[in-house]
Amino acid sequence: MDRNSVGIVTPNKFTFGSVEEPMVLESGRTLGPVDIMYETYGEPNADRSNAILICHALSGDHHAAGYHSPHDPNTGWWDSMIGPGKGFDTRKYWVICSNIIAGCKGSTGPLSINPQTGQPYGLDFPVVTIGDMVEAQKRLLDHLQIKRLYSIAGGSMGGFQVLEWALRYPDMVRSAICIASAARLSAQAIAFNTIGRNAITRDPEWREGKYSDKGPEKGLATARMVGHITYLSEMLLDAKFGRRLQSASRLSYNFTTEFAIESYLNHKGSAFTQRFDANSYLYITKAMDYFDISRSHGPLKAAFANVTARCLFVSYSSDWLFPTSQTKEMVRALLSNGKPVSFIEINSPYGHDAFLIEEEKLTHILTGFLTGVAKEVAA
Amino acid sequence: MNAHYVDRLSRTDRDVILTLVPQGVKVLDLGCGDCSLLSELAAKRNVRGTGVDISGDLLINGLSHGFNVYQGDLDEGLADFPDHSYDYVILNQTLQVVKNPLLVFNEMLRIGRYGIVGFPNFAQWQLRKGLFFGGRAPKSPALPFEWYDTPNIRVLAMRDFFDYCQVQNIEVVQERYLVAGKWWKHLPIAVTNLLAHIGLFVITRKSK
Repeated sequence: MDRNSVGIVTPNKFTFGSVEEPMVLESGRTLGPVDIMYETYGEPNADRSNAILICHALSGDHHAAGYHSPHDPNTGWWDSMIGPGKGFDTRKYWVICSNIIAGCKGSTGPLSINPQTGQPYGLDFPVVTIGDMVEAQKRLLDHLQIKRLYSIAGGSMGGFQVLEWALRYPDMVRSAICIASAARLSAQAIAFNTIGRNAITRDPEWREGKYSDKGPEKGLATARMVGHITYLSEMLLDAKFGRRLQSASRLSYNFTTEFAIESYLNHKGSAFTQRFDANSYLYITKAMDYFDISRSHGPLKAAFANVTARCLFVSYSSDWLFPTSQTKEMVRALLSNGKPVSFIEINSPYGHDAFLIEEEKLTHILTGFLTGVAKEVAA
Repeated sequence: MNAHYVDRLSRTDRDVILTLVPQGVKVLDLGCGDCSLLSELAAKRNVRGTGVDISGDLLINGLSHGFNVYQGDLDEGLADFPDHSYDYVILNQTLQVVKNPLLVFNEMLRIGRYGIVGFPNFAQWQLRKGLFFGGRAPKSPALPFEWYDTPNIRVLAMRDFFDYCQVQNIEVVQERYLVAGKWWKHLPIAVTNLLAHIGLFVITRKSK
C-alpha cells in the first residue's frame, strides 16, 4: 500500500427529504427521500473551516481515495491527488467527496427503489441538473456542519459543479478549482453524448429503461467507447497504439478485433458495463448537456459578478473536448469583474483525461494554490 | 564570466522598482517568472498583485505565495484584462524579448494607470566599442549573450525609447539609470545614452 494513501475508508450514507417533503428539482419535479453516498479523508479542524469538497466527473463516484478493504486492488479515482502530502493534503484539509444524485453507486438514482411503486425508478426518475446535484451536496454540507468550504475542486463535469457552487453559494466557497471544464457544454460534446445515449436506447435490452439484471450492455459499452475517444488525444492514440495489430502479424480480412486500438476500446467498453448503470449514463449525460451558465445565471460577465471565491482554472493543451479557449472565456469574465482568478494551461499530450493522469504538475499547482488561498496578496 | 555581475544588476533594479511603487497599490507584473518581484513588493510595499508569464511551471511559485497568476503570451496581447484594472503594470527586462513591443506597450498603459518599464541600453559605450572595434555583435555585462542565443530580439537605446514615448503621447514620470554600478535619477540624455547599462522608467499615457 502507498505510504501516502489515506488507507482503508468506509463510505457513509446521508439521507434527506421524504415522500411527503421531497427535494424540489429545477424541472419542478420532486425527489425524496434522497440518499447521498460520501467519503471523507483527513480530519475536520475545530471550526470545520478546512473542508474541501471534491466533485466527480461523469463516471466517477464518492470513492475518490484510499481502499475499501485490505486486499482491494483498486484505489479511489483521484487517489494520486488526495492523501497525506498530496495535492489535497489530508494532514491539513478535511476532504469530502460525494456521489452525485442520478449516479449508480448508492446515491439516489434510476437504480434506486421508487417509494411510490416499490420498483426501481428506471425512467420514472426525474431528469436532474448540475444545479440539483449541487443542492443535494449543499444538504450534505449542512449535515456535516460546514459553513464555508476552504476549497472546492473538480474536473470536467466536476468542474460544472464547482462553478455552480461558486455561483449559487458564493458565501460558502472560499476558493474554487475548476479543471478541464467550461461554462457550458459545447455542441460537439452534446453530439458525442447523443451518440452515447442512442447506443443505449437502441439496444433492445434497454426495454425503455425497465431492464433487470444486465440490461443494455452492448449499448452502454458502445457509449463508453465513443466517450473514451473524446477523453484522449490523437497524439496519444498514435503513440500508444498506432496502427499496431493486437495479435496477428497479417491482416485477417474479416471483422474480428484486429487493431490494438480496437481491442483497447472493446476492453474499456465492456469493463465499464461491469461498474456503471445504463440509465444513470442517460441521466448524467443529459445533466451535462443542460449545463449552461448563461442560460441559468445570465451572460457570463453578469453571472460571475457575485462570485467571491478565489478561482483557479486549469486546462490542458491537448484537451479537445473542453479546450483551453472555453476555460479562458470564464477567466476573461471573472477578470472583467475584477475578481481574483488564476489560469494555468498544462502542456500535456493526454487530452481531456490529463486531469486524472498528469498528477505531478497538478499536485504542484494545487499545493501552491491552496497554500496561497490563506494569504491576502492577490489582486 | 558576466553571470554574477548580471545577477547583481538584476537584484539592484528590483530594489529600484521597490522605491518606484507606492504602498498598497494593485500591481500587474508582465513576464513575472516565479513572481519573486511581486513577493518582494508584497512584503515591502504591501501591494496586491497578479503575475503574467508564458511559463506555467514558473507561475506555480506565484500561486503558492498567494498571487493570482495568468499564463499567457504577451505577444498575443492581454485582452482578458479590462482597462485601468491595475494601478501599476510592470514590464521589467521583458520589452526587449517580445515580438510585438508596440502591442505590449499599448496593453500595459491600457490596463494600468502607470507602467514601469526596464530594459538594457543597446547604445551603451561598451557595446558601441565592441561593434566598432571588435567588428562583431557586441556584448556587455548587461547583455552577455552570443548573437545566436540571445533572448533579446528588440534592440533599442535610451534615445529610441524617448522618441517612441513622444510619438505615442506617453509621459515619462520618473527615470532611473544604472551608470557605473550606481543608480541615478536625472542625467542628460547624451550621458545616459552613452553610459547607462539599464534604464527604468515610470510612464503614463498623457491625458488628451
